[in-house]
Amino acid sequence: MSNSSAAQKSVVWDWLTTVDHKKIGIMYFLAGLFFFTIAGIEAMLIRIQLMFPEMAFLGEQTYNEVLTMHGTTMLFLAAMPMFFGFMNFVTPLQIGARDVAFPFVNSLGFWLFLFGGLLLHVSYFTGGAPDAGWTAYAPLSTTSEGQGVDYYILGLQVSGAGTLMSGINFLVTIVNMRAPGMSMMRMPLFTWTTFVTSMLILFAFPALTVGLLLLMLDRTFGGAFFDIGLGGNVVIYQHLFWIFGHPEVYILILPAFGIFSEVISTFAKKRLFGYSAMVFATMIIGFLGFMVWAHHMFTVGMGPVANAIFAVATMAIAVPTGIKIFNWLLTLWGGRIKFTTANLFALAFIPSFVLGGVTGVQLAMSAADYQFHDTYFVVAHFHYVIIGGSVFGIFAATFYWWPKMFGYRLGEGLGKIFFWLFLIGFHLTFFIQHFLGLVGMPRRVASYLDGQGFNEMNLISSLGAFMMAVAFIFLVVNVIVSRKNTTNVTDPWDGRTLEWATTTPVQEFNFAQTPLIRDLDALWYEKMNGNGKIKAAEPLDEIHMPNGSILPIIMSSGLVVASFGVIYEMYLLIALGLLINFGCMFVRSIKEDHGYHIPVSEIKKQGGES
Amino acid sequence: MKHLLRLLPFSLIALLAGCGVENLSALDPRGPVAEMQLNLIQLSLYVMIFVIVVVFSIYTFVLIKFRERPGDTHIPKQVHGNRALEFIWTTIPILLLLILAVPNIMDTFTLAETPSMSATEADGEEGEGQEGMVEGEDFITVQATAHQFWWEFEYPNLDINAGQDLYIPTDRRVEIVLEASDVVHSFWVPALGGKMDNVPGITNEMWLEAPEEGIYFGKCTELCGASHWLMDFKVVAVDGDTFDVWAANMAEPDEAVVSGEAAGEAAVEGREVFESNCISCHAVGDEGSPTGPNFTNFGERQVVAGFLEPTDENLHDWIRDPQSLKPDNEMPAFSEDQISDDEMDALIDYITELKVLEED
Amino acid sequence: MAQPAHTLPAHPEKATLEGKNKYLGFWFFLGGETVLFASLFGTYLALRGSTADAPGPADLFHLELVFIMTMLLLTSSLTSVFAVISMKKGSFKGMIMWMWLTVALGLGFLGFEIYEFYEYNHLGLGYTSSAFASSFYSLVGTHGAHVTFGIGWIITLLIRYRKAGITLTNASKFYTAVLYWHFIDVVWVFIFTVVYLLGVGA
Repeated sequence: MSNSSAAQKSVVWDWLTTVDHKKIGIMYFLAGLFFFTIAGIEAMLIRIQLMFPEMAFLGEQTYNEVLTMHGTTMLFLAAMPMFFGFMNFVTPLQIGARDVAFPFVNSLGFWLFLFGGLLLHVSYFTGGAPDAGWTAYAPLSTTSEGQGVDYYILGLQVSGAGTLMSGINFLVTIVNMRAPGMSMMRMPLFTWTTFVTSMLILFAFPALTVGLLLLMLDRTFGGAFFDIGLGGNVVIYQHLFWIFGHPEVYILILPAFGIFSEVISTFAKKRLFGYSAMVFATMIIGFLGFMVWAHHMFTVGMGPVANAIFAVATMAIAVPTGIKIFNWLLTLWGGRIKFTTANLFALAFIPSFVLGGVTGVQLAMSAADYQFHDTYFVVAHFHYVIIGGSVFGIFAATFYWWPKMFGYRLGEGLGKIFFWLFLIGFHLTFFIQHFLGLVGMPRRVASYLDGQGFNEMNLISSLGAFMMAVAFIFLVVNVIVSRKNTTNVTDPWDGRTLEWATTTPVQEFNFAQTPLIRDLDALWYEKMNGNGKIKAAEPLDEIHMPNGSILPIIMSSGLVVASFGVIYEMYLLIALGLLINFGCMFVRSIKEDHGYHIPVSEIKKQGGES
Repeated sequence: MKHLLRLLPFSLIALLAGCGVENLSALDPRGPVAEMQLNLIQLSLYVMIFVIVVVFSIYTFVLIKFRERPGDTHIPKQVHGNRALEFIWTTIPILLLLILAVPNIMDTFTLAETPSMSATEADGEEGEGQEGMVEGEDFITVQATAHQFWWEFEYPNLDINAGQDLYIPTDRRVEIVLEASDVVHSFWVPALGGKMDNVPGITNEMWLEAPEEGIYFGKCTELCGASHWLMDFKVVAVDGDTFDVWAANMAEPDEAVVSGEAAGEAAVEGREVFESNCISCHAVGDEGSPTGPNFTNFGERQVVAGFLEPTDENLHDWIRDPQSLKPDNEMPAFSEDQISDDEMDALIDYITELKVLEED
Repeated sequence: MAQPAHTLPAHPEKATLEGKNKYLGFWFFLGGETVLFASLFGTYLALRGSTADAPGPADLFHLELVFIMTMLLLTSSLTSVFAVISMKKGSFKGMIMWMWLTVALGLGFLGFEIYEFYEYNHLGLGYTSSAFASSFYSLVGTHGAHVTFGIGWIITLLIRYRKAGITLTNASKFYTAVLYWHFIDVVWVFIFTVVYLLGVGA
């Protein structure tokens, strides 16, 4: 039954079929970075178009397409997957697990995300990308000409299915696969935020699935959900979208909160202040995230009672968020703060995110929101929380976990240039947009007329965006030139959590012996109270590993084929695609795959650990 | 980070003093609704500046005081947490939020209370402290229907249909009933008050008031297609008497103006061109279709098509090729085969003389 | 691998880590499915009055038919419970027998549903007739698709393991299939109440 290791297979085949959470994590990260670059270029196109009044750089239709793709790609295909990369790589290590609960499903989740994202981008070459905004409000989306919006619907449906699967995988992994001694209240904050984020994914994404389904039924199959003449109601879509959409923004911010908790605590050399308060604040934010969706719809005419209730519920989120901010500050208090690039991003996050948070409270005030809504004030707000929160989190994590993931350290010098350029560029771009909104500039405008007092502020904003683009180049250069920094990569930051107790590169089985956890910050505890090495919870024995599989790629391709069938209304193609998909499920179901075992001799040879 | 903190209150004041364009900025309110909202914004700003000051002070102190100094290798004390502190920074934010929540809820209800609701309440007895408002005397009702990409303003009780320019009296409140004919739009006049959506199939209501005469910028704020950015309109606030004259003339325009006779021979010829080409979409007075904007007071338009200066040249270009100026709008192009250059001049003569208010 | 039945633990479906993972993961999955159906229910409730010129609930629904369908599905849920009881008793034959019965009842339900849709279409309620029509067919149709998938799944398991006996591997597979079947059943109870009873009542 031990049909031995994957050594004889080719490297490409190995990556295509891998079910190793570390490889999948790396693929998630790189695919996310790829889409991040595309969406970043789209952002630059937007800022060039808006640099001067009445520019004809893009044209209205193209602008709307670029705008839609920028938002959609950043949220679904860049930020989330990059977080998923870290979650996949780090979470099992942090809880001392050999693997995730469903390695096969994990791989399927990745390929669905990637194929869905690529499918969405095919639209650029087939007559136009989606143009109804990332929110795709009906009936603008249901009446949009061409196939752009169909690509949006199907692309997100396919990648969303992948996201949902990954979410379930993380949940079960965290509940069932923790090493002995790793109680829930000893889990690192990043693992906790992964858990709560996955909960949000589980309960939020099905609402999006239905929202997109209704759009698809209306567009392709003649449904009447949003057809006013047949009694349809377009506000239903807005509710469904935001029931998903608001939790989605917490899906984007909670992992970043987890990352900052790890990074700040590591570089202040202190245990996280108020650990249990932090955990509960995370859960409360996750819970409230489902209670506030309608604050995106204050102007849609829900009436004063609904508006007042949702306003108060939204404001309430400021409380647990405030708790977190103060706990981070108190973690720093009395510490020995080291200003590495990773920590710089974490530290810059605090004031940036506070600025985004206070405008969030302002936006929560329904009566005032009648002025803010759908203006550049909102654009400024959500870029402050998404860049100041999520993107800073991604960059902090990139510098923090890069050595573990890729086996070399990113250069600190180039890293700091990147950081400062990015930070200043970011504030330059978005701070001024608050005022642009207040002096009357609506969002999602393809241009603006001269003489309305928008010119100077837009120019400043665009210049800031250029700075951010230049900063990003420094990151790319850093990734390329730092490849020789391969020393001190096992535990470069004097880490506190279990992932730093593994070898670099991490062995495919993570831990030769399942670790025994004796306290929060398991590694730090052993460094202070033990010999600096994690105790083993079991004797050295052969390790069971799952087999790789090519089925996830075939299944994902099947769904892409079916999607093309829907987009171009070719029913045979739909049938073929579904046949491929269900066929794979059938094969998977009837073929019992028990994996293989790595013998003790092999573990000793690989590990060199006792 | 600290410099941002110091900038905040000052920049707001600077902006209030004049940044942004007059009658467009939400920071320079010209009516009670916008004022109420600006007060709320300012209140929240002050509370939030307090929060920012507290957080940034602790932050700056911590970063300076506890930075790693060269040669320092001590292990900091591993603190678990502090119940009292957690309690404090849970309670104080709740109190701050209450300061914001209470006036916000009051304002939300005030803004939802349209004049006609007050009028209904006043029918019987005193309606919960609201003074009874009488349609026509204390307020007027306008139905604002949004189309891709223009605004139709109907005055149901005055029998008026107007396009693009919303005329309102300074001595009365305005109840605005919002509808949409195609996709979702949103009605926003920043200087007069916050917005509300025009949703197909749904009727929304809001109210505004403009005590000062003036021309206010209005915008569509919900992405509605390619020319979303050009879906502007103007609110023209005039004194009550002028408004009544305007309303009377809009409802029953002078026959001589409608026929072009008042403006001379070219205009009469233009009227013929109008009747054979334009009247299937545009109306003057009772004659014509409401498919496109109403032309009864076209000569008094602030801008044409929502954004063009009303010059003869612009009108000419617009009629010849509206798509290149405002993509995806519903207006067809008229080539020289359909309207010759001479006819075009006559047409422009005619429509620019369509006025309902006397010239100054 | 196959162990003799009498040595199986009390909960064979959760005896291995794999089985435990599958069990928990499937519960989470059903949580997501709940939101999916809740969204469809919400849509239906918002649109059930929007019949345009097409027939509405009161013109179409006959409780006799729906009652038979409900009974079929509820009974199939019961037989699947008996299957699990058999599994826990170690009776492979009993389990297989009860599962086949479940499948048969499910097929009966599906047949009636197809007949029902055919009939409504005949009465003038096409998918594109009104917002009510679209939301009704989408909600009930999604449930029907779940039933279809469930039947396919269980049949696959029954054929694959027709001679295998109860093992630690297939116990969790049968168990999750039964969980899924119960879920479908619960959703149907809500459809029966919200769509049919409310529809006829109004």
